[in-house]
Amino acid sequence: MHTVQENDPSNLLQRLIGLQQAFRHIPSDAIDHLAESLGLSRAFILGVIQFYSFLHSSPRGEYDILFSDNITDQMQGSRLLAQRLASKLGVDIGRTRDDQRVTLDYTSCTGMGDQGPAALVNGHPITRLTMERVDQLAALIEQAVPLDNWPAELFQVSAGVERRDIVLNSDYKPGTAILRCLEEGAEELLRRLEQAGLRGCGGAGFSTAKKWRFCASTESAERYVVCNADEGEPGTFKDRYLLQAHADRLFEGMTLCAAVIGARRGFLYLRGEYRYLLGPLQQILQQRRENGLLGQAILGRDGFDFDIDIHLGAGAYICGEESALIESLEGKRGIPRNRPPFPVTRGYLGMPTVVNNVETLANAALIAQQGVEWFRSVGTAQSPGSKLLSISGDCERPGIYEFPFGTPISEILAACQAHHTQAVQIGGAAGRLIPPAEFNRTLAFEDLATGGSFMVFNQSRELLNAIDNFTRFFRHESCGFCTPCRVGTAMLTKQLGKVMVGHATSKDLDELGTLGSLMRQTSHCGLGQTAANPILDGLEKFPDIFQSRLRSTSFEPAFDLDASLEEARAITGRSDPGAHLEGGGV
Amino acid sequence: MADKIRIATASLAGCFGCHMSLLDIDERLIDLVAHIEFDRTPLTDIKQIGRCDVGLIEGGVCNAENVEVLKAFRRHCNLLVAVGACAINGGIPAMRNQYSLTECLEEAYLHGSGIDQPQIPSDPELPLLLDQVHPIHDVVWIDYFLPGCPPSADTIFTFLDELLSGKPIRFAYRQIHYD
Repeated sequence: MHTVQENDPSNLLQRLIGLQQAFRHIPSDAIDHLAESLGLSRAFILGVIQFYSFLHSSPRGEYDILFSDNITDQMQGSRLLAQRLASKLGVDIGRTRDDQRVTLDYTSCTGMGDQGPAALVNGHPITRLTMERVDQLAALIEQAVPLDNWPAELFQVSAGVERRDIVLNSDYKPGTAILRCLEEGAEELLRRLEQAGLRGCGGAGFSTAKKWRFCASTESAERYVVCNADEGEPGTFKDRYLLQAHADRLFEGMTLCAAVIGARRGFLYLRGEYRYLLGPLQQILQQRRENGLLGQAILGRDGFDFDIDIHLGAGAYICGEESALIESLEGKRGIPRNRPPFPVTRGYLGMPTVVNNVETLANAALIAQQGVEWFRSVGTAQSPGSKLLSISGDCERPGIYEFPFGTPISEILAACQAHHTQAVQIGGAAGRLIPPAEFNRTLAFEDLATGGSFMVFNQSRELLNAIDNFTRFFRHESCGFCTPCRVGTAMLTKQLGKVMVGHATSKDLDELGTLGSLMRQTSHCGLGQTAANPILDGLEKFPDIFQSRLRSTSFEPAFDLDASLEEARAITGRSDPGAHLEGGGV
Repeated sequence: MADKIRIATASLAGCFGCHMSLLDIDERLIDLVAHIEFDRTPLTDIKQIGRCDVGLIEGGVCNAENVEVLKAFRRHCNLLVAVGACAINGGIPAMRNQYSLTECLEEAYLHGSGIDQPQIPSDPELPLLLDQVHPIHDVVWIDYFLPGCPPSADTIFTFLDELLSGKPIRFAYRQIHYD
């Protein structure tokens, strides 16, 4: 009922991921074969391959190693570790060694911020990298030890729960919520979610009941439920924990949604970085099928047929945007659609689709089981319940924290034992940079909304490095569809680089501000609209970190003029006055 | 008009296409010269720039001389305008940026096809090449950017005309958009 036909074009991305794993790249003749069997053009397929970071048209090494390059990894020394591995293995970062043994590169945040520095080896996460571990990796690779025989402790991903509240303290019995829904009816479930005030936990905070109701009220033969497990926001890893420890709740939430909207098919869109969870998740799905919680006639109810497929992402942050995610589910490049129409009216294959975050769906299942009072027992009037935070950076106890909405930032910092905190980046790279003067603000949709990322920077950190890291991240992750974002993210990076190397003047800061607000106003989707946030927040909240790097002249060149002639001087052997340039601006 | 607007122009790492486009203003040049006069420009062959109101720069910055000319223009012009794709982005000459300068020179003067007496030129008369080609705003502050490859004669005329009128400069959509 639910399996995609092998030759369905919407299966393209999944087939490419399979080919990449089997052949370490997508062979040219495989592209021809796919083009013919799926009825797609070669150019379209190449476009998809080039779009996703984890797909390649030339072979990667037998060991394909990607170091997570989030700022929190860097703060834990990831760059030095990567360089050490590169020199041990005799390969440049970003290259494949001549004998095809190994490829080394950086990748965007892999969702291991609480146990970094982290890397992926052929898609498997390696955590808590140290110099010793890097040497161990180098030896394993040189000895060509198959990945299956690598020591298991390298791949240990710990749960890392540091604080539990109502959600993580609750037990959950699979099937309870579905049974209750079948007994009481979908309307009662919606009413309960409405009264509980459950809002989207991905960060946007849209009412879950309203979304489900919208979708259910559409005229359509088919409807779909999609769980957004493309947890790509740098510094977020709470969904990783939920998928690892509480997948049953999430699948139950999807099944409840299916019952409400009348969907027969659902998808879990799992980010490529979490591929290691694919096997365990599939086992849980299988178990649920065997227990009558998925498949035909769920819990014996005739006509209640629903099943879930897991689709993998392939290293594209933009696919966390719901309409880009749907494009990706359909096997295409993840380019955001025009909204409206929103997915609830035109989503997967043009059909009404509910897209919810992992935490939202898991909470929906718990609310159905535990009731409204239980959920509203914590939180604020506008933001009932609790929020899972992924805390990383400069604190003694990074990890997963569940806090009631309404908790002040200062309390969260005390709980994770952060000292001498200079700033908190809340909500990831696209979020907000919060100075100590605002630590009395609270975690809530009406104050500081977050998808769950909470990165702490102490006073010894150069904040501009974090801002630069986030800005580069957006340049890399821009889908390229609209000019303000594609060009703007590149210009921001360049302009900020000028500040970083000390060539900027106050005019350059004005330019950064103008460019940032232009991108905010004119970009096609949230990525471009928020890409300048780190810089704009920095300029507003931490002006000194920019000012202290400025030249006092009216304008300075963006590069060292005389140094840029060095190569030509070396080639020609010249040293006459004409072979030099005076530095400085005009 | 007593005080004519004084304009200087230069082609750095460009193809002179933008200058050709300036000349394409055709008979409107006659109206224009009633209001402007040229200082240093390839059109007058004046070599040293004097005090000017407006400097029009075509092309990016690829060598030491480009840097010096550009800085001289900035010192002498009240307004400096980047004219065309190469001045704004580096354009075609910047395609060499994906290779090292050594690779480029070796390909052009040593290993390329049909080369007699291979040698990389070196003479104090020749300006040294920068390791990368840069847009002009990487070197000096630029007040206006006129996009296009080249910007059409109409665009250049509109720019000068509006500038002379003292109004905020406005273009018809087609004059600065190419979609």
